[in-house]
Amino acid sequence: MTTVSMTVNGKPVSADIEDRTLLVYFLRENLRLTGTHIGCDTSQCGACMVHVDGRAVKSCSMFAVQAEGAQVTTIEGLAKDGKLHPVQEAFRENHGLQCGFCTPGMIMTAVAAIERHGAMDRDTIRHELEGNICRCTGYHNIVSSIEDASKKMSAA
Amino acid sequence: MIPYNFEYTRAKTLSDAQAMLAKNPDAKLLAGGQTLIPTMKMRLANPSALIDISKLAELSFIRTEGDTVVIGAATTHGAVAASADVRRMIAALAHMAAHIGDPAVRAVGTMGGSLANNDPAADYPAAVLALNATIKTTEREIAADDFFTGMFSTALDDGEIITQITFRKPMRAGYQKFANPASRYPMAGVFVAQTSDGIRVAVTGAGPGVFRVEAMEAALAKSFTPEAVAEIAVSADNLNSDIHASAEYRAHLVTVMAKRAVEHAVANDGH
Repeated sequence: MTTVSMTVNGKPVSADIEDRTLLVYFLRENLRLTGTHIGCDTSQCGACMVHVDGRAVKSCSMFAVQAEGAQVTTIEGLAKDGKLHPVQEAFRENHGLQCGFCTPGMIMTAVAAIERHGAMDRDTIRHELEGNICRCTGYHNIVSSIEDASKKMSAA
Repeated sequence: MIPYNFEYTRAKTLSDAQAMLAKNPDAKLLAGGQTLIPTMKMRLANPSALIDISKLAELSFIRTEGDTVVIGAATTHGAVAASADVRRMIAALAHMAAHIGDPAVRAVGTMGGSLANNDPAADYPAAVLALNATIKTTEREIAADDFFTGMFSTALDDGEIITQITFRKPMRAGYQKFANPASRYPMAGVFVAQTSDGIRVAVTGAGPGVFRVEAMEAALAKSFTPEAVAEIAVSADNLNSDIHASAEYRAHLVTVMAKRAVEHAVANDGH
């Protein structure tokens, strides 16, 4: 067992865990932050995407001990003071989800991509979404949501 | 999926990592972990200890020295793709890095990790072989021609750690791949480079390891055009065959990707 400490959604957290604990299980089972989903569990679908020190990574492909001392943000950490993050708001406005299972990962990927690119065209958005799979195949509105958010956030 | 348990240690320095590796020959180095961790989850790898070298600043850098680009082994694909120096000196390498896996893989996956693992479908081995790069380790310098020794195998000895890779600026280079739509691994990827040593054509994803196509190299030396390689086919013997593509299909893809890589090199105009 190892004591791991990190900051999750702005709050310091600490727990004794096995070294083999994947970050996604630490978030879901130790911290009960179940917004981060496990889809494929083979690092292809991106439902488990979270931010670690500002970079969007797949939390099923990272051990919690690797995030020792890191700043982690999950889907639960995006809304501030009861107000949705602009990307969340854009998914709501553009009907960017069907069943909703992939949505937390899509949104975490989108937030990181917008931080890197600013306003994005649809081709860039699709390239950035290569690590996220929507089993409903609802990509059209997901791309529209991100396009909308990226433009609004860049204009703000 | 949950891997077997192991003991995790974060190395503070490179010599720290070497000492830990010497003490426990069963330990594995952990860089980005984008291959190792999924493999451990499948329980196909079962190291008793992981030594994390991903945070070592001494292994994470990109610098230029004259007409060469030197890249630290723990540099992420994302950093290679975004580097103004790499884009200016070897645009095809930046292009390759920008298309490895997906953005999340590129955020953590490293060049040294990819080379040390030598997955037959990894992208970087094609660039390293075609550009005739030099791989520096904690022990020595290894030429690209001597480094890749077969499927998942390299010239690295036990305890030897890749520290940096040196690429010379080519006169022109291009890379194109046909990616598996789920994993983004190339089913066939071809890197074409013209350097002062001549022309090299390196193929990844199609065979048991990266390999050169001498017939294409000779044809391109006469005429550096897509048409020069359009009629040159590689043999399907010994190429990979799986649910994604037959060996014959991969052989066909090699010619198509070679043509596109030459087009890419010509369009890049110089590099």
